[in-house]
Amino acid sequence: MADDRELADTNAASALLTDRFPGQAATDEVVVAAQSHGVPDDAIGKAPFGFLFWFALTWVAIVLLSALLANFLPLPNPNYQDYNAINQAPSIHHLLGTDDLGRDLLSRLIFGARVSLFVGFFAVIIGLIIGGTLGLVSGYKGGALDISLNAGSFIILAFPAIVALIAITAFWGHSLLKITIILGVATIPLKFRVIRASTMSFGQRDFVVAAKTMGSRTSRILFKEILPNVVPIALTFSLISMAGIIVVEGTLAFLGLSVPLPTSSWGNMIAQGSANGNLGTNPYIMLWPAFAMFLLLWAINLIGDRLRKRFDIREGVL
Amino acid sequence: MSQATTGDTPTTDTTDDIVLDVQDLVVEFGTGRKRVQAVSGVTFQVRRGETLGLVGESGCGKSTSGTALVQVQPATSGSVAYKGQNLTKVSKSELRQLRTKIQMIFQDPISSLNPRRKIKDVVAEPLVIWGRGTKEERDAKVRSMLEAVGIDPDNAGDRRPREFSGGQCQRISIARALMADPDLLICDEPVSALDVSVQAQILNLLADLKAEFDLTVVFIAHDLAVVKNVSDRVAVMYLGKLVEVAGSDDLYREAAHPYTEALLASIPEPDPDHVSTHKPLTGELPSPLDPPSGCRFRTRCPYAQDRCAEEEPPLRDVAPGHQVACHFPVGPIGAARQAATTS
Repeated sequence: MADDRELADTNAASALLTDRFPGQAATDEVVVAAQSHGVPDDAIGKAPFGFLFWFALTWVAIVLLSALLANFLPLPNPNYQDYNAINQAPSIHHLLGTDDLGRDLLSRLIFGARVSLFVGFFAVIIGLIIGGTLGLVSGYKGGALDISLNAGSFIILAFPAIVALIAITAFWGHSLLKITIILGVATIPLKFRVIRASTMSFGQRDFVVAAKTMGSRTSRILFKEILPNVVPIALTFSLISMAGIIVVEGTLAFLGLSVPLPTSSWGNMIAQGSANGNLGTNPYIMLWPAFAMFLLLWAINLIGDRLRKRFDIREGVL
Repeated sequence: MSQATTGDTPTTDTTDDIVLDVQDLVVEFGTGRKRVQAVSGVTFQVRRGETLGLVGESGCGKSTSGTALVQVQPATSGSVAYKGQNLTKVSKSELRQLRTKIQMIFQDPISSLNPRRKIKDVVAEPLVIWGRGTKEERDAKVRSMLEAVGIDPDNAGDRRPREFSGGQCQRISIARALMADPDLLICDEPVSALDVSVQAQILNLLADLKAEFDLTVVFIAHDLAVVKNVSDRVAVMYLGKLVEVAGSDDLYREAAHPYTEALLASIPEPDPDHVSTHKPLTGELPSPLDPPSGCRFRTRCPYAQDRCAEEEPPLRDVAPGHQVACHFPVGPIGAARQAATTS
């Protein structure tokens, strides 16, 4: 198919040349020169995802599904304390064992995943919508708006985030929603900067100038010309920052500043596992959430990275 | 109006015939003390149906002039009038409408097309923006326009720009520009990123389309050999100012500005026995941050005298349709003037 196109183009080109220079027939060199301009189809192949990608995706899917369907799974109440089954190793009754209060660890792990995923997902959405919109407008418009927003983002970024988060949660409280909002707002400056930078690089391309001369309004330029180019970058960055947010939520939970007990989260499970000498008597309390979180973060990062490679824009071979 | 400021346009053009009238165009970048004048007071007219070549070395402000003509790069002062309407003064919505009559072709064919959009959408864009025609009518027009520029619409329509070569992308850009139904086409180095064999094809295509669509063209280039072949008149730019404007043949036969003389002498000769008699230019283009006093070319001019440092030469008529900004013109014109003053 591509060959047909190239051939047609080549014929048109040589016809054009013979047309213009009647004394000079279209020579083979001309044809070859014109042909060598075609882009072979296999140069536009796609980067393969590979086995690890599918493994990572499977893990994310398992975590996501079990968290979503936790209420329907045959799990004991994650907060039910069975004093006849304290610090048990994994068995047929408690697949991952129990903690020092006799609570089922699998149940607590799955319900804890809800917190991590909820915070990770919605905090990213908040950051992306606010930071992304600001970055898009600021990067395209430039001027005083851009200078002030940029300065603002630097000021916020210069502040040690974790200290600020601890202070805010201490004052404002730490329900699931508040933690999500706080973490979401905290990621706005980074999202702003990433989206702003790529908007600036695309906003200066000639196709944007062309759109202006064609009479495109600013909104159309932003949505039709720039946004489609920025979206893949935004999505990849979001995935990677989601991993970061999950870690920060875990850190806050470890410090007792995330969702209040007895609601489980991976962070407070790790904290519980390291407290009261539990690490020596029952390492499973800490092992499972630490392992699950490690695998989830690795999986999210890997997926983000592979998607970036897949959606990497190749702009011809000129 | 234009007659008053230039004062010496000898032709009897009515203003109707002038498609684009640029007066004292100044474009500055930056703010405060870090101000750079990329274009410092350029005045020229483009008449209906002609091709005006705009030449100069890299960094002389020719591309900035190009974007200022459509006011994508706003003018700091001066005016750009399209058919009598001053683009620097009209309202935003009027500018949006008027701009469609002036379309641009860019140097980088890859950067001119949105990598995320299909070719048929790229080309249909001007019609979609202005809501012209039904879906079917738009499709038909896209097809005929792609055919007109030598791209097969059946194969190309659903592809994305990365699947095309530089020459093909440039054809697609031209198709898109023509969809807006322009009067004036500003070509900003349209062939300098292409192979020589493809350059000829694109130049020929532009010449064909110019006749077919009744276009007026401003052709910006650094390559005098290219400009010579496509232009009716040529304007030579140096460091943000015009130094010489003349008919294409006149300029090549009797260049009056030392800079034009040097540019012409630098065109490679295919004759291996050819010995250039002209001394090549030395030195670099001075910084536009701190341009030389008087004549801007004097730091590199082999004929520079004291007067050149003190007094800036205005662009004045030296022959019918031939303007030059030099105190001491060279070539046949310079010789004639010298003979006149000594006698």
